[in-house]
Amino acid sequence: MSKRVTIDPVTRIEGHLRVDVEVDGGRVKKAWASGQMWRGVENILVGRDPRDAWAITQRICGVCTTVHAITSVRAVENALQLEVPVNAQYIRNMIMLAHAVHDHIVHFYHLSALDWVDVVSALKADPAKAASLAESLSSWNNNSKAEFIKVQEKLKGFVGTGQLGIFTNGYWGHPAMKLTPEVNLLAAVHYLQALEVQRYANKIVAILGSKSPHIQNLAVGGVANPLSLDSQSVLTIERLLAVKEWIEKLDDFVKNVYLVDVAAIGAFYADWTKHGRGITDYLCVPDVPLDSKGTQFALPGGYIPNGDIAGYKPIKTFGDKYFIDGVSEAVKHSWYEYSGGDDKSLHPYQGETRPKYTDFQDNGKYSWLKSPTFYGKPMQVGPLARVLNMYAAGHEPTKKYATAALDLVSGIAKTKVGIDALHSTIGRHAARAVGCCVQMDELKNQWDLLLANMAKGDLKTFNKPVFPKGEQMGVGFHEAPRGVLSHWVVIDSGKIKNYQCVVPTTWNAAPRNEKDAPGAYEACLLDNPVADPEKPLEVLRTVHSFDPCLACAVHVVDKEDNPVVTVKAV
Amino acid sequence: MAVVVLGIGNILLSDEGVGVRVVEQLEAKYDLPPEVEVIDGGTCGMEMLDQLEGLDALIVVDCVRHGQPPGTPILIQGDDVPVFFRTKLSPHQVSLSDVLASLEFEGRAPKYTAIVGIQPASMDTGLELTPTVEAWLPELLAMTVAELRGQGVRVEEKA
Repeated sequence: MSKRVTIDPVTRIEGHLRVDVEVDGGRVKKAWASGQMWRGVENILVGRDPRDAWAITQRICGVCTTVHAITSVRAVENALQLEVPVNAQYIRNMIMLAHAVHDHIVHFYHLSALDWVDVVSALKADPAKAASLAESLSSWNNNSKAEFIKVQEKLKGFVGTGQLGIFTNGYWGHPAMKLTPEVNLLAAVHYLQALEVQRYANKIVAILGSKSPHIQNLAVGGVANPLSLDSQSVLTIERLLAVKEWIEKLDDFVKNVYLVDVAAIGAFYADWTKHGRGITDYLCVPDVPLDSKGTQFALPGGYIPNGDIAGYKPIKTFGDKYFIDGVSEAVKHSWYEYSGGDDKSLHPYQGETRPKYTDFQDNGKYSWLKSPTFYGKPMQVGPLARVLNMYAAGHEPTKKYATAALDLVSGIAKTKVGIDALHSTIGRHAARAVGCCVQMDELKNQWDLLLANMAKGDLKTFNKPVFPKGEQMGVGFHEAPRGVLSHWVVIDSGKIKNYQCVVPTTWNAAPRNEKDAPGAYEACLLDNPVADPEKPLEVLRTVHSFDPCLACAVHVVDKEDNPVVTVKAV
Repeated sequence: MAVVVLGIGNILLSDEGVGVRVVEQLEAKYDLPPEVEVIDGGTCGMEMLDQLEGLDALIVVDCVRHGQPPGTPILIQGDDVPVFFRTKLSPHQVSLSDVLASLEFEGRAPKYTAIVGIQPASMDTGLELTPTVEAWLPELLAMTVAELRGQGVRVEEKA
């Protein structure tokens, strides 16, 4: 007999992502991903000044404030064909790279590691053995036996009080937990160190963005940071040197701890390279622009069909026609209606946001997310899509870190693990860590470029936008931590006429499309093992490997305590 | 003495953003001493860890569903706050409750925490509060100021 398992919310913040699976014989046979919150933010923007859109769109999400802000100014700049001074590009690039590094560290250690790491088991570890294991894997200078004993004592104290605090609700002792107590302790030590290190990334965003958590420095046409070599009130050399120091600290942690931990945990869970493959059509956009027009990029983007790197097609510039023409969104299984009929898939410039709620219908409408496609096919976006596309484009740093990670895994697992292993649940974590190393290198590079350009005497950060009469259309895209983010704007005589955001989690968590083809989460969950339907840890592993973020909406404190997992026979 | 007044919520979803609206008014209408930092936290989480550590007092203003009619204010103080948050903790998402739990684990949690809240009337898309909740803004502001004064902070209305 099969069982229907509903997990709602998968993410913690109320009412965002719901996942339903039908389990039979210990495997997922059917899956539905449902966004449980209507955004409709696009409708707020209609009629407003395009120069204000970024400040409003950065409120869409509590996790990705900066990414919506940057994508929004890019959309308006694209519509106006407005160039952006290179200093502004460098500053924006550093903000978004620091944000991405922050996001990846927090995702791995604080949002998903506990799917794989059993904190309670770490209490049984021999700290000396755990420390020597850590020292054998990495040159990180904070892996001493004393540090491991200290953390273990702290954990004991915490667990002893019966209040696990931040570790509450984990599936401790679950049969799918496979790490030794020593590896669990190692991960717990780095969990706490990551809490410290992530601050440096935040400080970078706060200094460059003028304020945290919502940056204040963006403008259509550049940034509002006056640059100066001496003045006190602006972005000075002194502040930039502080940024450099934080970059170095992050770099040490990302390369000597994060990448190593992901490889080690991945090696112990090698069976998870066989689960979660799902959709292998991968889309990513180029990012980190190096010129004022957005025609040269540090990080390449493109499309890979059917997991075949040889089939790579590049996306080359801001406003690339191949990208623009390929995107459309369907609502056949979404709680919206289109004026021309729900069997249509509409281009974002013609996009409509007209809610039509039904209840949850397995074969009908069941999600507030639309279903985006690229030339008619559902895509997987995010770190794995990014790394595979950059690898396919021959990007040297990507090849270097991907090879390093796979060699490390192969060494620990004592078997050769190749790049094909990345098309999997655990592979998405590995790709995220590899991409994070690439982002660190590029963050350093952007700092150098900014300083070199300032030294040449170029302090320009802003080009004033001019809004002509009549209609202009533009797209801004950004390779955000969770993947391709695009904002599409139609401007009429200086006012917004239409605005559509196609966000990464919409690509990945999409419901079935107009041809009933499943979205990435749904496809990746099929055949996923589930040992105990009451404790669907394995389902969470696969969904969390995407870093689900439907925090794009609401945050309300709720005094009522509803069950998260429900199971019923079907 | 280090005190933070933190307004949280999504200003795009009408009453959801009430916390942010209250702290905006606090900054506009009152002179606050330098030891008080006012943060518009939006719906952010871990990004705020740095700003919230080692505080003497944290006053959170937020929209709170507490089963009372729309527009009913609520004040949760001191020892009731962790009890209130306990049921909502999980390893799988980071938000304010997780930030506080992390700080507690590190021994850097605020010495005193209070939540000033109100039951929402609507969380529909829109930048404006509903009239029901809007009418309570002065009261929520007064409750926030009272909390600050309760901590011995000198708060003066701007001339």
